[in-house]
Amino acid sequence: MDTVSRKGELRLMLIFSAAVLLMPVWLSPFGAAYPDLLQKFAIFGIFAVGFNILFGLTGYLSFGHAVFLGVGSYAAVWSFKLFTMNVIPAVIFGVIFSGIFAALIGFVSLRRSGIYFSILTLAFAQMSYNLAYSVLTPITNGETGLQLRLHDLRMIDALFIEAGEGLPLTNLFGIKMSGYPGFYFCAVLLIIGFYLALRVKNSPFGLALKAIKSNQTRMGYTGFNSRPYMLSAFMISGMYAGLAGALLAVTDPLAGAERMQWTASGEVVLMTILGGAGTLIGPLLGAGLIKYFENIFSSYDDSLLHQAFSYLPDAMNDVVVGMISPFVGDGWHLTLGALFMVIIIFLPGGIVGGITHLWQRLVKKNQEPTEMEGKQQ
Amino acid sequence: MTTVLNVSGVNKRFGGLQALDNVNLKVEEGQTLAIIGPNGAGKSTLLNVCIGRITPDTGSVEFHGEILTGKHPYEINQAGVARVFQTPEIFTELNLLENVMIPALSKRDGTYHFNIIARMKEEKQIQAEALHFLEDFGLEEQRFSDAGSLSRGDKRRLELAMCLVQHPKLLLLDEPTAGMSRLDTNSTIELLKKIKERGMTKIIIEHDMQVVFSLADKIVVLAQGAIIAEGTPDEVKNNPKVQEAYLGDEHA
Repeated sequence: MDTVSRKGELRLMLIFSAAVLLMPVWLSPFGAAYPDLLQKFAIFGIFAVGFNILFGLTGYLSFGHAVFLGVGSYAAVWSFKLFTMNVIPAVIFGVIFSGIFAALIGFVSLRRSGIYFSILTLAFAQMSYNLAYSVLTPITNGETGLQLRLHDLRMIDALFIEAGEGLPLTNLFGIKMSGYPGFYFCAVLLIIGFYLALRVKNSPFGLALKAIKSNQTRMGYTGFNSRPYMLSAFMISGMYAGLAGALLAVTDPLAGAERMQWTASGEVVLMTILGGAGTLIGPLLGAGLIKYFENIFSSYDDSLLHQAFSYLPDAMNDVVVGMISPFVGDGWHLTLGALFMVIIIFLPGGIVGGITHLWQRLVKKNQEPTEMEGKQQ
Repeated sequence: MTTVLNVSGVNKRFGGLQALDNVNLKVEEGQTLAIIGPNGAGKSTLLNVCIGRITPDTGSVEFHGEILTGKHPYEINQAGVARVFQTPEIFTELNLLENVMIPALSKRDGTYHFNIIARMKEEKQIQAEALHFLEDFGLEEQRFSDAGSLSRGDKRRLELAMCLVQHPKLLLLDEPTAGMSRLDTNSTIELLKKIKERGMTKIIIEHDMQVVFSLADKIVVLAQGAIIAEGTPDEVKNNPKVQEAYLGDEHA
């Protein structure tokens, strides 16, 4: 396994931080360097990195992680409504509340493993989603979603700041959290989150998680109690999801139940597998790729397609547009599905797995041409 | 001599099968006890009762005066009982060094230790200890390859190393040489003899009589869940009941 030394960690963190902070620069040729999308990259990156701590290291596949995303969002918006528009308390509340939810859901779900664990988490997620829509309307504001109001309490803000005209904006001690400042706030948290995930992966705790994935029976007879290890991993990844949810509310202060729906839970699974489960960078790549394609493909509609293929004769144009249009706009999930299948079939280790494999083959070919048939993996 | 393990009146039924029938067994400190018997005699079931994988219907297992019955496997391991399985239970996706470092960590840190400050790369002591045991088994060259890629014999040796790195007070071995070549079997016997010299108490299930007679101080013969004979190797060898039930098969 590829554990890294202190020096290696530092180098990796420097490169990673530079890459994240310079995203507005190197993503502009791809047409992706605008704040809204960059914020999404960072936020869903955090979500995926956290999810990977559970799924990638321990192999437990949760199908209900969007619950924690939703809880984080609700907690953050309530923090805006009750206390202050400053984002720090909102983020802290988001993490704490999602941690509590993760402890409860994890405690019950982790009594089972494999598919039963996945089903239990899915059941919890759907329960929470339905509760948010119905019984919990006083807290979640049901279908409308939780929004800021002009006469919200904002107890702390009321003490220090004169209420201005209109709805106040989320801020970090006065810096508005929309646009690029919002992105950099998320980016810094992503870097911190990534560092923590790196520490987990290279620590004795992380090794125990990997061992649970490999052989839980042996873990027991080796003197480890896997239950608290699993619960810790579940809570940590739930808290990452809560942080991501809170940041969604930071950049756009509203929270709705649809954030908890199973499609949202499924999306983070896709991101992780697409990029490469168990790798550090993989889930981030997956998150970026999915959010990028979602943005590009879903923005196309028939008229734009007709324009794009206007150089073709009319009859051809109609045929081509007819063929492509199911894959764009609302139908972009079809594209995602196809992409996902291609990756699963041809690159079982995800994008990072594929690249690593290719790299190893290249290096091996150059160095030791005789030992090619030595190892099979 | 102190009694390390005291199995008293253990019964276990699986449906219509009496897997263990009033088994009483004592293992003294430093002793190597061999359990032999035909297939299906209840040998593995007895070991499973000892490590908490199976709860007996009646009876109890005492380890250094502490009742093990009803405890979790991880508690029993922490008390000082380690086990080698019939089919090696190792961490196939991890490399050999990590495989041996994990039990060393559990020995040091206990059943649960949330430590994300330390780096495995800097756990020099644990690493050195693990490496030492890999060297004992001639596996140090392969320390960075996945355990899953080992041959069956090497997997067994790795599992043995994983048990020994914990310095257990009692080592349970379920057919440690099954599937090994004659050469590997001999080197394993040498290794087990070395462990014996260090005074480690062992229970060993084995079909290979060469292994049994070269290691055991005491032999217990199980048939249909009950102990039909016990004694020194010579006593057992000359016991007519044993020859009928077990050794007889081989000489026939």
